[in-house]
Amino acid sequence: MTAFLHVRDVTKTFFGFTALSNVSLNVTSGERLGLIGPNGSGKTTLINCISGVLQFDTGEIEFEGSAISKMPPYQRAKRGVARTFQIPKPFHSMSVAENLMVPLEYIVHGLIDVSNEDSVYKEASEILARVRLDDRRHAHPGDLSQVELRKLELARAIAARPKLLICDEAMAGLAMKEVNEILDILLELNGAGITIIMIEHIMQAVMRFSQRIVCLSAGQIICDDLPEKVMANAEVRRAYLGS
Amino acid sequence: MKTNSIVFGIFAIALPVVAYLLPALGLNEYYLYVSYIVLQYVVLATAWNVLGGYAGYVNFGTGAFFGVGAYAALFLMLAFQAPLTVQIAGAAITGALLGVGVGLLTLRLKGIFFSIATIAVAIVIETFILNWRFVGGAAGMQVIRPPVPLGFETYTRLLLVVMMILAVISLAVARYIQNSWLGRGLQALRDAEVAAECSGVPTLRLKLIACALSGGLMAMAGSTLPLYSSFIEPHSAFSLNYSVMALSMAVIGGMSRWWGPAIGAIVIAASQQFAVSASPEKHLLIVGLSLIIFVVVAPSGLVGSIQWLRKWLSPAASTGRQSERLGKP
Repeated sequence: MTAFLHVRDVTKTFFGFTALSNVSLNVTSGERLGLIGPNGSGKTTLINCISGVLQFDTGEIEFEGSAISKMPPYQRAKRGVARTFQIPKPFHSMSVAENLMVPLEYIVHGLIDVSNEDSVYKEASEILARVRLDDRRHAHPGDLSQVELRKLELARAIAARPKLLICDEAMAGLAMKEVNEILDILLELNGAGITIIMIEHIMQAVMRFSQRIVCLSAGQIICDDLPEKVMANAEVRRAYLGS
Repeated sequence: MKTNSIVFGIFAIALPVVAYLLPALGLNEYYLYVSYIVLQYVVLATAWNVLGGYAGYVNFGTGAFFGVGAYAALFLMLAFQAPLTVQIAGAAITGALLGVGVGLLTLRLKGIFFSIATIAVAIVIETFILNWRFVGGAAGMQVIRPPVPLGFETYTRLLLVVMMILAVISLAVARYIQNSWLGRGLQALRDAEVAAECSGVPTLRLKLIACALSGGLMAMAGSTLPLYSSFIEPHSAFSLNYSVMALSMAVIGGMSRWWGPAIGAIVIAASQQFAVSASPEKHLLIVGLSLIIFVVVAPSGLVGSIQWLRKWLSPAASTGRQSERLGKP
């Protein structure tokens, strides 16, 4: 297990409001990390900084030994950082399978033309099968249910063949059965070698999934430990669980 | 897909020939004039759609690119006595460079803010030309046309063939974009720009390419204006009308297919030319009303209506772009 994501002293402010203050975090290859914290604690800001959607003020982020802080998101995606969005952002004018063709073309294959179109389409169907969405591959995102949209987010992220997958509340608003379905998918992906950072509010899911939990509060990491120890931590309970 | 390309290729060669032979039918010169205007709008609407339709960035600066094309051609004519082909190429390059420049300045803006910025750009460029004496400034300039080359009888006839070639070029560009990696990337960034970027799409680069192609084609459409009208002045060359018309034609024709804006251009520009003698105001009213009706009732334009009709006539017909290309249901 080699350390492959280093977040070092990252600070991000929005017009004077400090969203992240000297956040440091190491993730090792193959790890399943849970990221928790109250609303507004900076979880999404942190993964926006890692995926490149936001530029941060100071600090450094390294992925597999090279600095990625200045790279635009698409280059980070090419290096193996994929993410899902808290509010699903499907390409709504494309079918489910076509949604996957975007990362497949831009990251994996470089170009889709007549020579490889059918095989890439088959690949998209296989990825959809991994998230149990292959029966909906011709549907348009507007016709999908909430859980199907979440699966599409996941499938599109997986299509980029990531080394690190960051899931931003992939289970918010889902019923417990659906939560378990998504969890099974994530565990399967992790079993296939993908490192996963999961932001989640559903504690059952976080506890079942995580090997380690990091708790953010007001832009600072207040606890970084094994799940049971984080749950037992008095500061975490006060900040997050309100007891 | 391959047979489609062959059909497109045949049309691409046949249409300019038809344009060349049109006068032989003994048509009134007025109809040639109408055809020229219609084709000019085919180029403008198709070019507008590259950025406005595929990428979803609504550009109100069509008139600026058209005017820059016209003045670039005029400049080359005055300064170097450049032949028409050089004028067209020069205008296209100027338009493409301007597209990249404007794109770098404005593409970080989204939605309505981008659109407002493009209007501002148009005004700035027009003001620059208004104060440039060499090309006539605010008073405009009478263009002394050299004798009509290549055995054409009038400039109208020559420029009709030229504009047909330009229309075919712009349709070929739009068609290529739609069916290529570029089209997929632009469609993705139009739907969800951040998600596209995180899926590996270099969104800024793609938008700049779209700006360059769109701007280059628009300027090309303007490049024949000095020779065509033999008089040029900034106010009409940079008219906001071009922007509004190109946008309306693309919306009414349909922005999801390369041929949509062309259909819109043919319908609107042709009806406009025939309505000019009756009542141009009424025509403008009709265009405005149909724009509203299409946006509300049929947002996918005539393209959508045609597809709906096709589907209605044969329920088994495929609809999605991907399924069309892959021959899958």
